[in-house]
Amino acid sequence: MSDNLHLIKSSELLETITKAKNELGFTLLLDITAVDNLYKSHPPFTRFELIYILRHTNFKDIVIYKVAVEDAEIGVESISSLFSSADWAEREIFDQYGIHFKNHKTLKKILNHNEFVGHPLRKDYEITKGQYCTVSQDLMDEMKPLLDERDLDMNKDDLMIVNLGPSHPASHGTIRTLAALDGETIVAAAAEVGYLHRGFEKSCENHNYNQIIPYTDRLNYCSALMNNIAFAKTVEEMLDITVPDRGIFIRIILAELSRVIDHLVCLAAGLLDMGGQTNYWYLFNPRNNAYDFLSKLTGARLTNSYMRIGGMTHDLYDGWQSDLEDVLVKIDFGITESLKMILHNRIYNDRIQNVSPVSAKQAIDYGFTGPNLRASGVAYDLRFSDPYYYYDTFDFNMVVGSVGDTYDRMMVRFEEMNESIKIIKQAIKRMPGGDINVADKRITMPSKECVYGGIEGMMNQFKLVIDGVKVPEGEHYGAFEAANGELGFYIVSDGSGTPYKVKVRPPSFYHMAAYPKIIENYQVADAIMTLGSLNIIAGEMDR
Amino acid sequence: MDLSNTHLLDEAVVTTKLDAVVTWGREASLWPFVFGTACCAIEFMATAASRYDISRFGAEVLRFSPRHADLLIVAGTVSYKQAPILKQIWDQMPEPKWCVAVGACASTGGFYDNYTTLQGIDEIVPVDVYVAGCPPRPEAILDAVMDIQRQLKREPKFELRNTEFKGKLDDV
Ligand code: SF4
Repeated sequence: MSDNLHLIKSSELLETITKAKNELGFTLLLDITAVDNLYKSHPPFTRFELIYILRHTNFKDIVIYKVAVEDAEIGVESISSLFSSADWAEREIFDQYGIHFKNHKTLKKILNHNEFVGHPLRKDYEITKGQYCTVSQDLMDEMKPLLDERDLDMNKDDLMIVNLGPSHPASHGTIRTLAALDGETIVAAAAEVGYLHRGFEKSCENHNYNQIIPYTDRLNYCSALMNNIAFAKTVEEMLDITVPDRGIFIRIILAELSRVIDHLVCLAAGLLDMGGQTNYWYLFNPRNNAYDFLSKLTGARLTNSYMRIGGMTHDLYDGWQSDLEDVLVKIDFGITESLKMILHNRIYNDRIQNVSPVSAKQAIDYGFTGPNLRASGVAYDLRFSDPYYYYDTFDFNMVVGSVGDTYDRMMVRFEEMNESIKIIKQAIKRMPGGDINVADKRITMPSKECVYGGIEGMMNQFKLVIDGVKVPEGEHYGAFEAANGELGFYIVSDGSGTPYKVKVRPPSFYHMAAYPKIIENYQVADAIMTLGSLNIIAGEMDR
Repeated sequence: MDLSNTHLLDEAVVTTKLDAVVTWGREASLWPFVFGTACCAIEFMATAASRYDISRFGAEVLRFSPRHADLLIVAGTVSYKQAPILKQIWDQMPEPKWCVAVGACASTGGFYDNYTTLQGIDEIVPVDVYVAGCPPRPEAILDAVMDIQRQLKREPKFELRNTEFKGKLDDV
C-alpha cells in the first residue's frame, strides 16, 4: 500500500476531504471510484470501498482516501458541494456500483440507459448480460430545477427547448445537450452522456494485462498510442520495473506524435464546424502522413496496440528517422498554412474570443486538466510538475493561455504541437541503442527463435499468454500527461495476471461535465465551437 | 426546329429504359448519413478528406438529416443505449435506402462482447454491406460504397426494400 493512501471512516469523509482541500491544499479532485470486494480472497470488512484521488496545488503530490462503505443503500455523504467535479463522478459510482450519496442533487444513472436494471460493475453482474432499452429520457428532471434556479418559466419567458445531439454533426460523436433557448441564447443546459459506454472497466476485469492494451487504444482513439503507453507505464510502476532507455525514447517520440495527431484532429474538426473547410484539409492531411509512418511501424493506422507491459512489440525499422522527419515537415507545413489563414482573420477571432471563458479557479473546481486547464492560465503539465521519462532533460516550453476562452483553448493546442515537434526532434537525435524491453522472463515474451527452438522458450511463451504478466498484490494510481489532460489508471491487483479492477481517470469526462455550465449565456453557434475546443472524445469519456 | 428531320432528333434524344435512368441517377448520387459514434468515425473522416476523397464515387454529399439521405453508414460501436436512436434515424430515412456497417463493432459488436454493446446493428436495422476491420482502412469504406452501387443495379427499382426485416426494437 503506497504511503499516500489513507483509510478513513465514512463518518469522517466530508470532514477529511474539506480539510484536505482547504488546509492541506489538495484542490484538484482527480477521480472517485469504488471497489467491489465480493470476490477478494481475503475480503475486507465491507463489500464496497470508495476511493478518492486528489492532487495538490503544487501539481505533484497526490493523496488517496479510501472509505469503507458500511451500507451501499445508505451510502456516504456527497462531496459535490466541495468540488463540482464530484457531481458526475458520484453519479457514475451510483450507476455502476449502486452506492448512494447523501445530499447529492441529481443522483441518477449517467453511463447506462435509464431503463437499465442493475449495477454492471458489481462483481456479481454477469459481463455479457445486455439489456435492450427503448425510450430515452427527456432530461426535463434536470432542466426544471435549472430553470427554477434562474427564475425562468417555459411559457412566460417564451423559452424553447432544443436537443443538440445525440446524433448531431457538431456533437463529435454521440453526446446529447438539452438547451433552453431564449431566442438564440442558451439560458440553461443539461448534458447526457454514456452513449458510447462500451464497458471498458468490466472488460479489463476479464482480460490479462497485455490483452487490455487493445482496449486502451480505443479510449482516446485520436491518440491511441498514448493510452497504450499510459497503461503500460502504470502497470510497470506496480511491477517496479523501468523500460530500457531506447524503449523510453521510442515511447516519448510516439507519445508526442500522438499528441500532435490528437490536436490536429481537434483543430481540424473545430475549424470545420466554423466553416473553415480549407483548414480541415491542411490539418487533416499531414495526419494521414503520420499514419503512414505508424502503419509502417506498427501495422495499423489508428489502433496501434504497439506497447506491451515492459516495452513494446518490436524495434523501430531501418530508415525510420527520415520517414519521421518527413512527416514532421508536412505537419509543420499544415500548421503554418492553417495559421496563415486564421491568425489575422476577423471571423475566426471575433467568433471565438471571449466565448465561454473559464477562470483558473473554476477550471480546477471542474476538474479540468491538460490543454483546457492550461488555456485558463494554470501552469499544470505533468511533464513539468512530476517529470517522467526524462522529460526534464528536454528543451521545450509549457503553453499557457490567459482567459480560458474558446480561442485560448484552440491556440494552446496550436502552440503545443510546435513544442511536441521540438521534443520529437531532440529525441530522434538522442535515440540510444540497446534493448527496448525489460529483460525479465516473467514479463517479456521470448523471441520467436526461442519459442520454436526449445521447450523452455515455448513454455515461457505459453505461460505468458495463458496466465499473463503477474502483478504483485496492491493498488496504484498512475498518471500520464495525455493529449487531453491527465489520463490516470487506478489499478487494483490481487496478485494474478488479470487485474481485479481498473478505473480510468478520463480527462474528457470532467470537461464534458462542465460543458453545460460554461455555454450558458452564449449562443448556440458559440456552444458548437466550445464543444469542439474542449475536444470531447466519446470513447474516453464514456469508456 | 423541324421535327421531321430525324437526323437532328437523333443527336438530341437518347432512348433507354426507365430503370436504367433511375439506376444511373441513384448510383452516381448516393447521399450518405454518417452515424459516426467511435473510432471508425475517425477513419470515415479520413475517407471524406482529400486523400481518399469519397466524392470520386459520387457519395460526398454528407447529409446530417436522415430525411435527406439514402445511405446509412454506421461507423463505430453502437451501444444498447444508442440502439433506439439508430432505429429512429433509419426509420426517418425515405425509401429506397441502404445501410453499411463499418467495422467490427457495427457488424458484430467487435471485441466488446459485454453488457453495453449491441452485438451487431443487424439486430436493429437491415444491413446491406458489412465492412471488416477495426477500424477498416478508408479504402475498405470506399469499397463498400462501390458495393452498394453494384447492388442497387441488380435490384428491382420501384419496390420497397427490406419488407421482411424484423428488428429487435420493432413493435416495442
Ligand atoms: S470496430 Fe474497432 S475501430 Fe471501429 S468502432 Fe469498433 S473498436 Fe473502434
